[in-house]
Amino acid sequence: MVATVTTAPPHTTQVLSFGAVPNDASSQPVVHLDVDPFAMDFFADPHPTHEVLRDAGPVVYLDKWNVYAVARYAEVHAVLNDPATFCSSRGVGLSDFAKEKPWRPQSLILEADPPAHTRTRTVLNKVLSPAVMKQLRDGFAAAADAKVDELLERGSFDAVADLAEAYPLSVFPDAMGLQKEGRENLLPYAGLVFNAFGPPNKLRQDAIERSAPHQAYVQSQCQRENLAPGGFGACIHARVDTGDITADEAPLLVRSLLSAGLDTTVNGIGAAVYCLARYPEEFARLRSDLSLARNAFEEAVRYESPVQTFFRTTTRDVEISGCHVGEGEKVLMFLAAANRDPRRWADPERYDITRKTSGHVGFGSGIHMCVGQLVARLEGEVMLSALARKVASIEITGEVKRRYNNTLRGLESLPVTFTPA
Amino acid sequence: MPSITFIHHDSRAETVSANDGDSAMYTALLHGIDGITGECGGGAVCATCHVYVDDNWLGKVGAVGADEDELLEGVVSERLPNSRLSCQIKITEALDGLVLRLPERQV
Repeated sequence: MVATVTTAPPHTTQVLSFGAVPNDASSQPVVHLDVDPFAMDFFADPHPTHEVLRDAGPVVYLDKWNVYAVARYAEVHAVLNDPATFCSSRGVGLSDFAKEKPWRPQSLILEADPPAHTRTRTVLNKVLSPAVMKQLRDGFAAAADAKVDELLERGSFDAVADLAEAYPLSVFPDAMGLQKEGRENLLPYAGLVFNAFGPPNKLRQDAIERSAPHQAYVQSQCQRENLAPGGFGACIHARVDTGDITADEAPLLVRSLLSAGLDTTVNGIGAAVYCLARYPEEFARLRSDLSLARNAFEEAVRYESPVQTFFRTTTRDVEISGCHVGEGEKVLMFLAAANRDPRRWADPERYDITRKTSGHVGFGSGIHMCVGQLVARLEGEVMLSALARKVASIEITGEVKRRYNNTLRGLESLPVTFTPA
Repeated sequence: MPSITFIHHDSRAETVSANDGDSAMYTALLHGIDGITGECGGGAVCATCHVYVDDNWLGKVGAVGADEDELLEGVVSERLPNSRLSCQIKITEALDGLVLRLPERQV
């Protein structure tokens, strides 16, 4: 497929509003596409199909799963920013909680709408605030330096298991205040959660079939007595004492951080290392200006979009860019396609560590935008800074293998060799 | 359209016009003002759109909200009495001529 060359001026965020009174007569027809965005061959290389989805129209219909979908930046951004019309309380996966029982107790933050969402979100915002990040920063940076030193000693290793997984595992569970035992459940549990947003395909069914021990671990680890003082988990439970949340709510909010706080950063850091290994000229720029570390991570999140998709459900009849969508319909948002939409981004296929990345939807946008984004950026920045100071080159030395998940995009294996600076 | 002047840490000034109703942060990003990062895109999460409001305008930009007040504790450059998050300053005609000074660093 030949990519269309389009020059998009940066920062031209088209602001859309949704028609209050739909008018079928004047609506544009919605293009139906025979695309399964949860199939293995799609995961292997989603970008050409993302282009097809964007070019087919502002809204498309995917017959395979009976859902509407948006893949252009303007529509994805607009849907994310109208939570009254595009709700989360009926689930942010394919399953409609108005028709099906959720596979686990519903999230109090991800799968909630205002005003209920506002209260729980405020609590997690405070637990993961910029001031808290300031306190964590030195420890996270020292751990990143130590990890890179250890990997330089080894020389050759798997950048997924030994870096992208090992580094977050060395800082996040302790920051949460988790017990030492059972941490091996964390990544399988997160993989399960993100597979479960997808359709009832083999990935989802297999994950749920194997989920019992991981669910049991997480449920136990969310209880107050199992969380060390000073950690994110204990800070959430402390909000019970101030009356902000109830004792029943606290474990579910801890569960949100265990679900979304680890695998996402694993795939974010993995994406960044994979980018720097493939684009050595960008790694050279980073090495010559360490202040670019944070943006180099941010750009990797835009470029690879570790979280590829989320759904919303319409609360009313609505027109999206002239296309009519009825009430109670699932709308699939292709975050990854929006992040490479040439209507929004100049040269979107280029990994450019100096790009003005603000506005990308890799962390979402609006009221549900990733509550742990500051933790993710902190981990990403200090790791890329450590790599830039200590490593001269990152060479891919073996077969790169992809990991398959209904929502997360990342690698199973990335064999590399580090040359010391 | 109201105009806003951003004064960089090195005293360089840039004056841009804003859409009524946009935030000062969004206006800065729209015009590519370096010195406003806006990592969270205006969600009042990240504290990377820190500005110092010129004394002449301090009474006109409204009060610091409780959530903003907590976020300001996390800014990277020094918090001063006139510190604000520019995502929380909504531009109106009454703010035509607003002067905002940028801190040395946002992240």
